Amino acid sequence: MLELEARPEPSRAWAVLSPLLALGLTVGVGVLLFVALGKDPLRGLEMFFYEPVKNARALAELSIKAGPLLLIGLGLSVCFRSNVWNIGAEGQFILGTIGATGVALQAGPSTSGWIIVPVLLAGTGAGMLWAGLTALLRDRFNASEILVSLMLVYVAEQLLSFLVHGPWKDPDGYNFPQTITFLAQTRVPRLLEGSRANWSVVIALFSVAAFWLFMYRTHAGYKLEVGGLAPRAARYAGFSSRAALWTTLLLSGGMAGLAGALEVAGPVGQLTTHVPLGYGFAAIIVAFVGRLDPIGVTFSSVLMSMFYIGGELSQSRLGLPKSITGVFQGLLLFSLLSCDTLINNRVRFRGLRGARVEAP
Amino acid sequence: MNELALLIASAIASGTPLALAALGLIINERAGVINLGAEGLMLVAAIAGFASAVATHSSAVGLLAGAAAGAVLAGLLGGLVIWLNTNQYASGLAVSLFGAGFSAFVGIGYTQENLGAHAQAGVPGLCRLPFVGPALFTQHPLAYVAILLAVLQSWFFFRSKPGLVLRAIGESPEAAQALGYSVRWLRLLAVVAGGSLVGLAGAYVSVVATPLWVEGMIAGKGWIALALTTFATWRPARALWGAYLFGGVTMLQLHLQGQGVSVPIELLSALPYLSTILVLVLISRNPRWIAANMPASLGKPFYPGT
Amino acid sequence: MPISNARHRRLFVHGLSLLPLLGWCGCNKKPAPEAAPSAAAPAPASEAAKADGTLKVAFAYVGPVGDAGWTFAHDKARKEAEAAFPGKVKTSFVENVPEAADAERVIRDMVEQGNTLIFGTTFGYMEPMLKVAADSKGVKFEHATGYKTAGNLRTYDSRTFEGAYLAGVVAGSMTKTKVLGVVASIPIPEVIRNIDSFTLGAQSMNPSVKTKVVWVNKWFDPPKETEAAQALLDQGADVLMQNTDSSAVLQTAEKAGKMAFGWDSDMSKFGPHAHLASAVINWAPYYKKAIKDALDGSWKVEQTWWGVKEGAIDLVNIADSVPAATKAKIDEIKKGLSDGSFSIWKGPIKDQTGKEVLKAGEVGETKMLLGINFYVKGVEGQLPASK
Repeated sequence: MLELEARPEPSRAWAVLSPLLALGLTVGVGVLLFVALGKDPLRGLEMFFYEPVKNARALAELSIKAGPLLLIGLGLSVCFRSNVWNIGAEGQFILGTIGATGVALQAGPSTSGWIIVPVLLAGTGAGMLWAGLTALLRDRFNASEILVSLMLVYVAEQLLSFLVHGPWKDPDGYNFPQTITFLAQTRVPRLLEGSRANWSVVIALFSVAAFWLFMYRTHAGYKLEVGGLAPRAARYAGFSSRAALWTTLLLSGGMAGLAGALEVAGPVGQLTTHVPLGYGFAAIIVAFVGRLDPIGVTFSSVLMSMFYIGGELSQSRLGLPKSITGVFQGLLLFSLLSCDTLINNRVRFRGLRGARVEAP
Repeated sequence: MNELALLIASAIASGTPLALAALGLIINERAGVINLGAEGLMLVAAIAGFASAVATHSSAVGLLAGAAAGAVLAGLLGGLVIWLNTNQYASGLAVSLFGAGFSAFVGIGYTQENLGAHAQAGVPGLCRLPFVGPALFTQHPLAYVAILLAVLQSWFFFRSKPGLVLRAIGESPEAAQALGYSVRWLRLLAVVAGGSLVGLAGAYVSVVATPLWVEGMIAGKGWIALALTTFATWRPARALWGAYLFGGVTMLQLHLQGQGVSVPIELLSALPYLSTILVLVLISRNPRWIAANMPASLGKPFYPGT
Repeated sequence: MPISNARHRRLFVHGLSLLPLLGWCGCNKKPAPEAAPSAAAPAPASEAAKADGTLKVAFAYVGPVGDAGWTFAHDKARKEAEAAFPGKVKTSFVENVPEAADAERVIRDMVEQGNTLIFGTTFGYMEPMLKVAADSKGVKFEHATGYKTAGNLRTYDSRTFEGAYLAGVVAGSMTKTKVLGVVASIPIPEVIRNIDSFTLGAQSMNPSVKTKVVWVNKWFDPPKETEAAQALLDQGADVLMQNTDSSAVLQTAEKAGKMAFGWDSDMSKFGPHAHLASAVINWAPYYKKAIKDALDGSWKVEQTWWGVKEGAIDLVNIADSVPAATKAKIDEIKKGLSDGSFSIWKGPIKDQTGKEVLKAGEVGETKMLLGINFYVKGVEGQLPASK
């Protein structure tokens, strides 16, 4: 029989090994899946781990996918650390696309390229507004932020639909539900000619640095971490959980909104009902797999993007179903949560005659 | 008048999976375990149920298979959060996300299948009564099972010893353990039992309500059921009413569209979700009310031996 | 939660583990021209493709091949078209491609894989296809249901409204309650045109017929379609029509003992008692033509809109319960559409408000038909967020 025994202090070795083990487990199951589906497992692994990074163009595609995941993941890690469960990042993302579009549509032929700044700010603000709604209802009425933020996702979807079917519909678009394609000035500038990678990469990396500083070098960040770990102690020390609620929700809402703005003003360049792709939900996994830490989230967002792109390529090149991506992502989180127990607990085996055999 | 009766019938039909899932979640939450994986559970159960029903041409087998799938997945989650003490919120989310991908993956070959429509169900004789007949007595048997379950659960939690023990575990696991109850095993039992109901709800959607499979077909019902447990302040009977209310609002907005009411259709489509928020706000407003009703140890890890 | 310095140590090791991957891409960095997909890059691929004689054709589908509706019809036609050119053509497809930024990546990948004729089977691929077309001048693109073209991108569509009209004729002759219901997908002109044509067809048999509409805002969502169908039946509709892609509406009608139609493909097996007829789309004639154009070099930019006349639209499997007189009328209309003597959109036609949109004898032009944004008289309800 397996038994868990609490360690006197968290194992540092396992803190490092756990995510690697989790990844290994996921890959292992993946190989089994490929074989079960009758496909060459090496080719399958190639799709997921080599193709998405093999050349500059692939990396550009990766950056477009990883950027929003990273931005939202950063915001969510701050939230989850403080035990504020913002499940509605997708809705805040959608509001970000709406805010950004609202400003972008005001541009005319002679508008300067600097309009991109208010476009992005509007998206960020809209995301913050939507998250702020959740914060308000939690603050004043104790309504669970999990459920409210989630319901607001559905409401946001309807709002988007209303806008592209009605007031923002392209008048020359034969009545199809989409806005005009954004004018060139309102688009996020590309990093290199001919590459799809754009300034969202720079913004994302800058955000990683900013969040790292916030979490580990400011008093406010420290307060949030303690507040999440030991709420009573935090209150005793005068750290307000109310401030934590508002700070984290506004921050994560703003990041999700920024991601939305970058997506709609970047690779898409137009607002339709198809712009939201579920990044708000995938970012939850990104945040956890990244251990709620900015550097970790950077790696996990790249990993998740590789899963996305790999899944797509497996479909077009190998005929594998695209839903394999979802399986891997969920599996990764599952394995990580399980492997994490080894950090704080030791596994003991009881032999047949009651003799004890200990695992490291 | 007839239209109203039909609306009520549709509301009940639409609310039944929500009711079943909410009842299952209440069992979980009363024992202190929050199951954010309801959506994923329902999806996996839906495909399991559908696949079994296609293979055996029996919707009863399908429903049972769904319940079983729900129980298994819930057991897995239970093992994680009860024995390994992983974060309940994160683990539940993992189940939801995994369930979505897994069900889509497994369900690939089933999008072309269909189970064939059943004849209109209903209670013979009673369904001919004017107004009440079409309104209340033309449901699939599971709808009546849901009502029966709500009654049974109410009795179980508030009038039976085992129910009291389970509630005690949810309120204060330390005290329950001190009294000699095996908290972890009982919690697992609650999680598995609740999970089987959630699974049944998922199978209902794919085997009875829409005898087809499409990925993501649960479309948020698992999350709504979670909201309903709070709405119902963890009381089974209230969960039932909440489910029918939600089902009613969903069908009502479709009716209003057909009537040509001059309200933007998107606003009508958002109504069910806005009403859920409104109800949550009203219920949660009074912190003492919530504190009096919510199982105190909900979502918190329990370490035997402390 | 792990403590800070353990975290950093772990992250360092975590990062180390990803180094091999970075090394991979470092070793395999191809020279600059690959990084910026230019016109030069795909051209060699297409020469290669033509050199060995096989034309590589790729299809992007928005839904699953097994949807028994829209995508199923495209895939059926794809197979038929490939079989018509044995040895000369190799087709492939990607299903479930979302109508957004991801579509661009998939289509670019199709180009990279050497496909020189690419079909995008849904409206939402328009912008992505235009972007890729601009970068891949040696590849030909065909976009279904769109309206923008380019030097190497043309559009094609089918006159689904003809099928809707024919179904309407049957509906008008079968309804007892004089109320019809339509489960509609997304409020684009094509769908609104179909609702209107369905109503016009029904009114040609029974002028007092009314049509109720419920929008589900999705192309394919069986649970929502079921609820919408139920709501319509609850409001007195006894014949249902759909512009969504699953058989849920037909199945709901079957369960309730009412009547409905199949859409996009023959759906009779999903509701044997309720099924009146199926308005099907046959993409095979067009796909054969497009491939032939690409093979013999006569491919040129045009906007094709085929219907009953070209064999792209039909109303099939009409139930025995439909009166012989109606069946004869259907045949008559089909003949009229084929030889051009009959027009569905011929005035006098009024919209919901009573305003005359087509005067007596006036025939609706293509431009007007493409942009229809109003309900005709007899359709109840209001259009979503219409201006």
